[in-house]
Amino acid sequence: MASEFVRGLKCRVCGKHYNKQALNFCTDDFGPLEVDYDYGAIASAVDREKIERRPRNMWRYHELLPLDGEPTVGRQVGGTPLIRADRLAEALGVSKLWIKNDAVNFPTLSFKDRVVSVALSKAREFGFRAVGCASTGNLANSVAANAAAAGLDAYILVPSDLERSKIVGTNVFGPRLVLVRGTYDEVNRLCSQIALKFNMGIVNVNLRPYYAEGSKTFGFEIAEDLGWRVPRHVVCPMAGGSLIGKIHKAFQELKTVGLVQDAVCSMYGAQATGCNPISDAVKTGRERHKPVRKPNTICKSLAIGDPADGFFAAKIIRETGGWAEDVSDEEIAEAMALLAQTEGVFAETAGGVTVAVARKLLEQSRMPRDEEIVLCITGNGLKTQDALNDVLEEPVTIRPSLDAFEPLMGASLEPALA
Amino acid sequence: MAVQIQIPTPLREHTQGQITVTAAGGTVRDALQDLCRQHPALTARLFDRGQVRPHLNIFLNEEDIRYLDELSTATKDGDKLDIIPAVAGG
Repeated sequence: MASEFVRGLKCRVCGKHYNKQALNFCTDDFGPLEVDYDYGAIASAVDREKIERRPRNMWRYHELLPLDGEPTVGRQVGGTPLIRADRLAEALGVSKLWIKNDAVNFPTLSFKDRVVSVALSKAREFGFRAVGCASTGNLANSVAANAAAAGLDAYILVPSDLERSKIVGTNVFGPRLVLVRGTYDEVNRLCSQIALKFNMGIVNVNLRPYYAEGSKTFGFEIAEDLGWRVPRHVVCPMAGGSLIGKIHKAFQELKTVGLVQDAVCSMYGAQATGCNPISDAVKTGRERHKPVRKPNTICKSLAIGDPADGFFAAKIIRETGGWAEDVSDEEIAEAMALLAQTEGVFAETAGGVTVAVARKLLEQSRMPRDEEIVLCITGNGLKTQDALNDVLEEPVTIRPSLDAFEPLMGASLEPALA
Repeated sequence: MAVQIQIPTPLREHTQGQITVTAAGGTVRDALQDLCRQHPALTARLFDRGQVRPHLNIFLNEEDIRYLDELSTATKDGDKLDIIPAVAGG
């Protein structure tokens, strides 16, 4: 069964058309390929009520996703909460703030479950029995888990210095896990070579055009949860630079197919100062980013020195009137604690990057304080606990006695009612 | 200087199926130009107005030439050049 809504792939640089296949670049100019939809047909097929009646997961927007049949991997992914963040709003000094919380995405606690469920469902449609990825951690977790559930062989390549929790959180699913002595970009280059040589569906290489589309559901859910409305400002972490563009694309598509009225949204990109190729390009007005050879930040999930979508991310930021910033390791850890202590959300280091950059953009008046802002939280803090070693107070240990407990209370607590 | 250039699958139709092409040149630029002399159809694939296409990366002995001296990077006998599409990862 072929989708009536997908025409094939097309090159983002020259527009050349390709039939559906496992290919990520144009063979004429090496530009990225993306899925080519028939938006007219989709507009006739969807309406708000129809979508609202469907189960609350990412597949309720399946007309705008590139599968030919029903999803066979990750059928319950998505549907994560959009939280009204009043206490963080007060701390940051803004009037209206929301958090889109993919730290609780299913099954591996990051937004990567969205892209992986599309990529692996597509891999099955193409008949691949082996799948793989180059990853900074979250993607490794997700490919390993979803491939295990789907009965696919998984080859997962990661930098060998990854956080222990992300290695364990991949290895538990029994993939062929390969630790590469090198940077993420070197791992990525190796995966490109593997994809050219072996018959393997590598989710972020030859399956990348389909894979990346899964990120749009993060944006669709934000708009639907706001009452079919697009927020005025979105702050998004950037690694490869794909997610920020896909959220923006999601909003534009919702408008194109008539699900929202307007799609005016400024996009702001967040990076760590130890790996800031895209925010540097935005701040210095450079059209193309300068790659970072040796990223150095506690935020390993964003440590991509040569982002594939760097050019497009910087462009969308410029065109929407947004901006980009980067923050230090200290600022990242402090912001993780701030988010946790104001909203009860334990985000990974990338969430700290997003919150700290949002604060910086507000202080710089790059982003207004009196308009609606959404912060994108993409991964779970339980995976990056070491980052907090220096910012949290050591808990007190006592004997199990009231004598030992009472001095800790000071005068702050009232006596129990008789 | 004889440099071994690895040709990725999608470009092999322009090298009569050759997987590796030996090219002469004291720099990466010279070696790539010699490759294009041997297989002229590659010129438009690899270069746009004299520059390597933006979505293509060139590696000399597995190091991205942007971290070396770009196209002016010196080569020596037996060096290996890889031409690899850049839109991957993330």
